[in-house]
Amino acid sequence: MYKYLCFPIFFICLTAVWGLFCGNAKAQVADTSRHKPAADTVKSRHLKEVSVRAGRISSRNTSATPLQILKGAELEKLNSFSVADAIRYFSGVQLKDYGGVGGLKTINVRSLGSNHVGVFYDGVEFGNSQNGQVDLGKFSLDNIDEIALYNAQKGTIFQSAKGFASGSAIYLTSRQPHFEDSSRSAGKVSFKTGSSGLVNPSFFWQYKLSDNTYSTFSTEFVHANGRYKFRYTNGVYDTTAVRQNSDITAQRVELGLNGKLPDSSKWAVKGYLYNSARGLPAAIVSNKFDSDERLWNRDIFMQSTYNKNFGDRYSLMLSGKYANTFSHYTNPDITTTTGLLNDRYYEHELYFSVANKYKINKFWDVAASADYEWSTLHITENDSAKYKFAPPIRNQLLTALATELHFTRFNLQANVLGTFVRDKVPVEANSDNKTEYTPALLFSWQPTESPDFRLRGFYKSIFRLPTFNDLYYTFVGYATVRPEFNKQYDLGFTYNRTLHQQTLVYFAIQADAYYNQVRDKIVAVPGADLGRWSIINLGKVHIKGAEVNAQATWQLWGSVLLNTGISYTYQQSVDVTDKTDLNYNQQIPYTPVNSGSVLIGAEWHKLAFTYSYIYTGERYNQKYHEAANYMPPWYTHDIGFTYATKLNSHKLKLTAEINNLLNQYYDVIYNFPLPGRNYRFTISSTF
Amino acid sequence: MKKINHMKYLLLGCIILSYSACRKDAKPIPEQDKSLLPPDPTAVVKGFYLLNEGNMNINKASLDYLDYTSGQYRRNIYNQTNPDVTKGLGDVGNDIGIYGSKVYVVVNVSNKVEILNAKTGKRISLINIDNCRYVTFHNGKAYVSAYLGKVGDPKAPNGAVNEIDTSTLQITRKVTVGRQPEEMAIVGEKLYVANSGGYSPPNYERTVSVIDLPSFKELKRIDVAINLDRVKADKYGDIYVTSRGDYYSIPSKLFVIDTKTDQVKKQFDFGVSNLWIDGDIAYMYGYEYNYNTNSNTTTYSMLNVKDETVLNTKFITDGTETQIKVPYGIAVNPVTKEVLVTDAKDYVTPGTLYCFDPSGKKKWSVVAGDIPAHFAFAY
Repeated sequence: MYKYLCFPIFFICLTAVWGLFCGNAKAQVADTSRHKPAADTVKSRHLKEVSVRAGRISSRNTSATPLQILKGAELEKLNSFSVADAIRYFSGVQLKDYGGVGGLKTINVRSLGSNHVGVFYDGVEFGNSQNGQVDLGKFSLDNIDEIALYNAQKGTIFQSAKGFASGSAIYLTSRQPHFEDSSRSAGKVSFKTGSSGLVNPSFFWQYKLSDNTYSTFSTEFVHANGRYKFRYTNGVYDTTAVRQNSDITAQRVELGLNGKLPDSSKWAVKGYLYNSARGLPAAIVSNKFDSDERLWNRDIFMQSTYNKNFGDRYSLMLSGKYANTFSHYTNPDITTTTGLLNDRYYEHELYFSVANKYKINKFWDVAASADYEWSTLHITENDSAKYKFAPPIRNQLLTALATELHFTRFNLQANVLGTFVRDKVPVEANSDNKTEYTPALLFSWQPTESPDFRLRGFYKSIFRLPTFNDLYYTFVGYATVRPEFNKQYDLGFTYNRTLHQQTLVYFAIQADAYYNQVRDKIVAVPGADLGRWSIINLGKVHIKGAEVNAQATWQLWGSVLLNTGISYTYQQSVDVTDKTDLNYNQQIPYTPVNSGSVLIGAEWHKLAFTYSYIYTGERYNQKYHEAANYMPPWYTHDIGFTYATKLNSHKLKLTAEINNLLNQYYDVIYNFPLPGRNYRFTISSTF
Repeated sequence: MKKINHMKYLLLGCIILSYSACRKDAKPIPEQDKSLLPPDPTAVVKGFYLLNEGNMNINKASLDYLDYTSGQYRRNIYNQTNPDVTKGLGDVGNDIGIYGSKVYVVVNVSNKVEILNAKTGKRISLINIDNCRYVTFHNGKAYVSAYLGKVGDPKAPNGAVNEIDTSTLQITRKVTVGRQPEEMAIVGEKLYVANSGGYSPPNYERTVSVIDLPSFKELKRIDVAINLDRVKADKYGDIYVTSRGDYYSIPSKLFVIDTKTDQVKKQFDFGVSNLWIDGDIAYMYGYEYNYNTNSNTTTYSMLNVKDETVLNTKFITDGTETQIKVPYGIAVNPVTKEVLVTDAKDYVTPGTLYCFDPSGKKKWSVVAGDIPAHFAFAY
């Protein structure tokens, strides 16, 4: 059973390393008086950076719900191509990755399932009523300033009703304006290239139209042939092949206008276009390594937000969005009477939100928000699975009432979310109208005088609606699918400390224990024959977990700045659907008991180095635990080097990354192999 | 700074430790043997293979073997017997048959027919047939149906039947039939194959194609009902054909075709998902989804094929049927008349194989692979 121990061993080792470091730090305290004055200039420069860092981390410290953030320079230095790559460093997260630049990447937080993760882009939800999942692989990090993951919800009562409506939420913030001195414009041009034929130029430009208005333009192009070597072996039969049909070509264009009105209200408008064509690589199975399936996506949306404070008591936030999503799927392996399988999906979404906050007195706020969403899906198809598909229209009204008590050392938030859903389907039977009320309770408490240590906890009950795919694809019977519910309980603490001495400058740790229950889990089971799956409510899962996250900033030898971070997740997610099942009380598929990550970043003058390690413990790819379903642990080591310099008024940056340094062949999803050692090079210039 | 140096080594050590300690080398999935029955060294039927389909994309079709002579149930034998030829039997095992000394395993998504030594389970050869479905045998030839005769041609929605010479193990001839052909049966020199048209609902096929074996030409199509699936021949020159209906208003039914006239001579207005004919008796089960009750109904029935009458006897009499969630495969031992029924359960966990004695009482049960489905008896 030593295999169960390997991550804990690694973790203990790191803790030991930590201990040595801390010990060293303490030793240094006594030393400070003897330090040479020459180091002071360097020190002050670094301290400025450190204080910026500390400011960021304090939001993590005070949030009533567990919050993990990657931001700014730290995010930039990460060996990551997309948001999906970056999010792997968070605790409690499993990334589902089908491999390569173009492979679908979704995340599952604390074993609740991908459909329970809300993804918000600049404050407005990036939805998908068709399958309820957002491909995080399509958000490149190029114009992302911040990625924040909240368990339960963002720890504020002043937010859209959607903000209360998911099991966990990712907030992506696009690059914010940063104009140097008197300059009216700022921009960045970058070019990435690397393994799998990656070519990725991007351009970002912000222009100040007036003192209170600025515009943003951001665009990129991604192309990759998607070919990479993978190993397919059972230990005796052993072959290395090249991944086929994994190419992608994508373009993204974003336009934004932000401004402040004379009454100091803020507004923002954003337009977004994403267009892609890609191959869908198939599962690698005996005698068949290739696929001819292709997928085209086109996402267009327009969104706008408006914020205003009326006096110091009442605040208003409005947002609206229209989204138009088109996808086109072909599979030449299936020939119907009307030709090769060729499906087109058209999805429209209209969304409005009003959020209000009123300050009753200096410690008591109340808030009310209401969101309305209209969504519809049309298909032109010749795929048998979508036969008798009736285009549904979903009307969804979400209302939230929330209140917050905030004292210097204690914060309590409570809210009730009301969800009212009405589906209209022109031909077949409608799904029942649904009305649900779900509560959440959050607290954060500073037990001592020192603001460094806080306790926090939450309870939240929430559900996910069956998606259009779940309900309306094949049979009328499907419309009886009920929402999938979960309950989350969490208790944790945060501790952070800024130390004014030489070696360890900053230290933060947060730890949480949690317990989740999922009932009426929506699962697909084959119907009358294997080609026709039915969607039913089946399954209960109990999840017990613990997460630890720690960050530290060190200053070594005067001029080396070292940032370290580790995260560790222990998760016991067991299926308790039916005592007579073979898999009763066994860990659910694709969920490791142990997982974690390590991040180390070092800076020395113009050079920076990053090292990252991701570990995912052993898993099973099917419900029942037996040798045939076992997946060994996987772990990747990534390193990166950056050289930054100034050329006239331009900042020039060169980065070289080696990912999966030890060339480990692994699958995240069984039979969808991931790349071995691969390289990426970036040159960028900001002006 | 000495401590930092220590730290470096410790860190390095940890990384090496974690690297070396965690991932064991891949190994072929081992066979699991279990003593299930008292050995019967004189058994006429020496044993049977059970093919477990396994779900799509997971490459987990698997083969079990019950050895009556030793009483051993050998679960998942393919990998350990054939570790060097491929990783796993493949994706979705759709049919199995034994002819002479060879086992033919049709693996649908893997586009192949595996030919194994019936005694050892060792691979002899492999034949590539895209989207292959079922296999049947006659006169030194194996016949394999395939959903599409030509993959990737938008104007070619029809399926095909391939003829394989069982001595050279080469495809000798191929004939185009209806769309998405399923099971086949041979009576005399004629092959009957059920066309489903499953790729183009509601435009299903509704015919059985009749192939003349000497010329390997399609003689005619017999109009039966939509979405045909199973075809089984009895010893009286009749074939039994199941229709799956459209899962909406047209229900599943069973038809009898007289091969002398090639006409439908009788129909039964109940759903049959699968059947096995042994002597004069057809053992059948139906598993149908009901939209009104939003549940599945399962029926088990028996039919006398001599005079085509439904019997009022049952092949499960002890109440075990309540434990079977999804009946998925059926076979009858030709000597002992024991009835074998598989339960696919939720399709994603290992299923169960049940054995009932001729009086309908459960004799034994055993955990099989994922979606246990197709049988082949070994003599």
